[in-house]
Amino acid sequence: MLDSKVPAGPLAEKWSKHKFNLKLVNPANKRKYTIIVVGTGLAGSSAAASLAELGYNVKAFCYQDSPRRAHSIAAQGGINAAKNYQNDGDSVYRLFYDTIKGGDYRAREANVYRLAEVSVNIIDQCVAQGVPFAREYGGLLDNRSFGGAQVSRTFYARGQTGQQLLLGAYSALNRQINKGKIEMFNRHEMLDLVTIDGHARGIITRNMVTGAIESHEGHAVLLCTGGYGNVFFLSTNAMGCNVTAAWRAHKRGAFFANPCYTQIHPTCIPVTGDHQSKLTLMSESLRNDGRVWVPKTVELAQKLRKGEIKISDIKEEDRDYYLERKYPSFGNLVPRDVASRNAKEVVDEGRGVGASGIAVFLDFEDAIKRLGEDTVRAKYGNLFDMYYQITDENPYKQPMRIYPAVHYTMGGLWVDYNLMTSVPGLYALGECNFSDHGANRLGASALMQGLADGYFVIPYTVGDYLAGLGFDPVDKNHPNFEKTRKEVEENVHRLLSLKGSKTVDDIHKKLGHIMWEYCGMARNEVGLTKAKGLIQELRREFWSDVTVLGENEEMNQSLEKAGRVADFLELGELMVDDALNRRESCGGHFREESQTEEGEAKRDDENFRYVAAWEYQGENQPEVLHKEALEFENVKLTQRSYK
Amino acid sequence: MSKSRHLLSSSLGKKLIMSLTGLFLCTFLIVHLIGNLQLFYNDQGKAFNDYAHFMTHFTPIRVVSYLLYASIVIHAIYALVITIHNRKARPVKYAVYRGSANSAWNSRNMGILGTVLLVFIVTHMSNFWWKYHNDGVPYIEYRTDLATQETTVTELIGDEYTDYVKYIDNDVEVIKAKDLYKQVQFTFKNWLLVAFYVISMAALSFHLIHGFKSAFQTLGFDHKKYAPVIRFLGVWLFGVAIPIGFAAMPLYFYFSS
Amino acid sequence: MSGNMNLTLKVWRQKNDKTRGKFVTYQANGISQDMSFLEMLDVVNEDLVRKGEDPIHFDHDCREGICGMCSLHINGRPHGPKQGTTTCQLHMRSFHDGQTIVIEPWRASAFPVIKDLAVDRTAFDRIQQAGGYVNVNTGGVPDANTIPIPKVVADEAFESATCIGCGACVAACKNASAMLFVSAKISQYALMPQGQTERYSRAQAMVAQMDAEGFGSCTNTGACEAECPVGIKLTNIARMNREYLNAKIFKEEEAH
Repeated sequence: MLDSKVPAGPLAEKWSKHKFNLKLVNPANKRKYTIIVVGTGLAGSSAAASLAELGYNVKAFCYQDSPRRAHSIAAQGGINAAKNYQNDGDSVYRLFYDTIKGGDYRAREANVYRLAEVSVNIIDQCVAQGVPFAREYGGLLDNRSFGGAQVSRTFYARGQTGQQLLLGAYSALNRQINKGKIEMFNRHEMLDLVTIDGHARGIITRNMVTGAIESHEGHAVLLCTGGYGNVFFLSTNAMGCNVTAAWRAHKRGAFFANPCYTQIHPTCIPVTGDHQSKLTLMSESLRNDGRVWVPKTVELAQKLRKGEIKISDIKEEDRDYYLERKYPSFGNLVPRDVASRNAKEVVDEGRGVGASGIAVFLDFEDAIKRLGEDTVRAKYGNLFDMYYQITDENPYKQPMRIYPAVHYTMGGLWVDYNLMTSVPGLYALGECNFSDHGANRLGASALMQGLADGYFVIPYTVGDYLAGLGFDPVDKNHPNFEKTRKEVEENVHRLLSLKGSKTVDDIHKKLGHIMWEYCGMARNEVGLTKAKGLIQELRREFWSDVTVLGENEEMNQSLEKAGRVADFLELGELMVDDALNRRESCGGHFREESQTEEGEAKRDDENFRYVAAWEYQGENQPEVLHKEALEFENVKLTQRSYK
Repeated sequence: MSKSRHLLSSSLGKKLIMSLTGLFLCTFLIVHLIGNLQLFYNDQGKAFNDYAHFMTHFTPIRVVSYLLYASIVIHAIYALVITIHNRKARPVKYAVYRGSANSAWNSRNMGILGTVLLVFIVTHMSNFWWKYHNDGVPYIEYRTDLATQETTVTELIGDEYTDYVKYIDNDVEVIKAKDLYKQVQFTFKNWLLVAFYVISMAALSFHLIHGFKSAFQTLGFDHKKYAPVIRFLGVWLFGVAIPIGFAAMPLYFYFSS
Repeated sequence: MSGNMNLTLKVWRQKNDKTRGKFVTYQANGISQDMSFLEMLDVVNEDLVRKGEDPIHFDHDCREGICGMCSLHINGRPHGPKQGTTTCQLHMRSFHDGQTIVIEPWRASAFPVIKDLAVDRTAFDRIQQAGGYVNVNTGGVPDANTIPIPKVVADEAFESATCIGCGACVAACKNASAMLFVSAKISQYALMPQGQTERYSRAQAMVAQMDAEGFGSCTNTGACEAECPVGIKLTNIARMNREYLNAKIFKEEEAH
């Protein structure tokens, strides 16, 4: 059993007490420590800036050409905080409760409560940085209800909340770079973790412009490298998002928790063809006014797909508003996992729309009739424009076509209450860790978690670890640095020696198909077992028949991609293992074997109320499962129902 | 002192110089046009020549005129400095550059327009200013009977003119002056020169349509309510009225001779 | 689903900043109208890799128009022929069968080419580092609703803050000037009450860094505004000028 190091005591006092009990580093001694931060999204930027403000020396790394481009920037909807500015009954406890329930009781209570607790500080911090949140005419902050929440607790900046929050954190980062407290490495990719005596003491990076493989030493390493959704090839993640840093850390001893928990977002623009490189999300606020439907019969759907009839030819009684039909009380606003799964179901029945048949309609005809086109435009204009631009279809005149897409990964490196992984000195923050969202993340909670970890958790907890270390600088001549660097170099050259007939994208697309087909919205024993074999086969194909061009000593996007896909090919198998192991349905993980009579997800709390943390055992060796039991002292476990 | 030097060496400082000298030249154009409208008086140049003398001999105006010459020189030099700097900012040019898709032609070619105007100013000053100051123009005497307002005009030759005079003798106003008016009449018989003047005024129009509003932008003036006034003035006063007013002069003399 | 457009691409290829580059012509066949411009390049690159040729390098990441990493000067215009669009959101239906497309990197001395179409835009980072922030530490800040901000002010600040830092303004400007970018950030803080305490020193520091990076000078052609994929307005440049001149001429003491 894993020790989560959750402090004892009443839920509401845990964090305050814990903060008091954490060891402190004397202000004058902080400059004797160097902390490595990998990734500059919300978690990374906020952590790097906050730690530098405290006096630590920080080395920050990002693979993009600027820290400002991390994919946190693409978050649209907003950020939750239990401010209760709207006087509608919100509280820290309610945000905690909603998050635990939304995560289908697979998150750690204490972490989630802390998240809800510091959420209020995040908003204060961002406003102080000059983040231009949406405001009411009276000049105070505006809130909206998001993702089916019963209270309005979501702060937002039009449809670009992630951008504004990230630019705020980026500004704090810049301030410390200017002061010389942060050394920033753009276009550097972490390729391995260096451990000395079992402690994280540095990283190996590749300079993506010159190819130089470099060692960086530090007293602690923070991985803020986001999620692994790109294992599916197509996702709403940025093209460069990857699991490499986390995966290499995993191979150096960090446990990987709940890898099978992936969130599939219901309102994305459908795939148009094989050329497609990524999927575009549209804010789920669209479901507030749009109605989801498909034709009632397969015959009608076929005619529509072939263009024999027009959408307007389908009579009202021949349209199946399946979410409204099945979930009369929540209707189109059911949680993301439910909406996604139902879309897959109707498409699998052959009732999908669009040329490919892999889409459902999101129709605004009634909303336009009811509210007028101008009101609809004011609410969703930018989303409609985006849709129009990408699809060349006018959503004011015909229904949008939507389909679910991989969006967020709740799984990640296992961390304790201090956000430390199973490798001492190695921390994981934000989407990179597994801790706060359980099996399903609520809307507007990702930004909250990234900033909570970076601004308000890690500055306290990292000190506790450092205070126990002594002041010696990390020995950069320790043989482990050179050894690890050599291994990275060998791996790079191994990749560059591959001269087969397939491109890296060929393999990545195949992997994506396997994952989507067997480890996507619905999973079962047979499919998962098949997928495991297919992935192993694909991995062999990669290492024998892929081609990687160019040389190391230059900007080489072939090489970058190859390294990332090689790691995805290993992670994919672990995801399948984890999904196989978890013979229950919970949140984003739907095992067909475990459903209610009505076809809804059915948890098995007796047998699976735990975090599955996997320990790497070496190449092609089955990983070892460690369990962290989830204790619910404050909330009662219930089966979710949205009927 | 150090701060202002720093200001002027910054990119925004250089733009400030361009904008201030440019706006000063714009105000001059208004005065110059209004004064020169006297060319259209049917008085054989009496008012115009009298005005010309006043403008060249009244001390405050002479001070301003030196400021004006300085402005022209500074405006041109800074334009050159900025242009060289801007060229350096893009050492490798685009193979394809579609400026017309995103900006107006004149705004991208202020240097060319400005060069035309500089050549024009040199030509214009050598035609009139230089000749006026170096005895290159004829002389004239106006005798006006104040009672009847009848004027007799006599061309003065050589020694008959010593200096500008203006006096009243027996209810007759006598003015002896350099006859710049005649010089204007004479100059604008040359169609090549007339054409050059008209083209230059077209250049002025395009230069100012961009330049006037641009100067305010550089000074940081931007206001929802009042900026449109600036744009209106830039187009209709400086882009249309003033260039047409000036261009009308050579055309008037060419076609009326 | 492959398409039916055949295109000729003239692409700038350059190994690194020390070597000279040149245009190389490629055929892009079977291109679908539904592809984004970058997906079209992906197709070309896949072909190149299969032939054992080095793929065309270009910067890109989010492919949804917000990260600002994609660039490309396409047929004489940054981010291509459509206004208000980044290259990643430009679709091939904006082109026609048989068309020749010339693709160049951003051209500016402050944006040296790294490889092919990828350029180094860290100059933008350095300008932000010079003063594009409010000096507050994490924690110890007042409650978010302590200072009411009029909605119009917050909205205007937001408009300025939406800059994605892609560099299209520099690329479009005939002078390779970065003033739209710099002014957007200065504007955001000049408008927000939180930015007031340092507004004058910020304007000076950021303009000084902008000059040091070797960007050109603004001649108010408005090309930047017209090409900006997120519609940052020239008004910002006026505001920056105002802030800077005010700082230099009147507020020297406040602008330490």
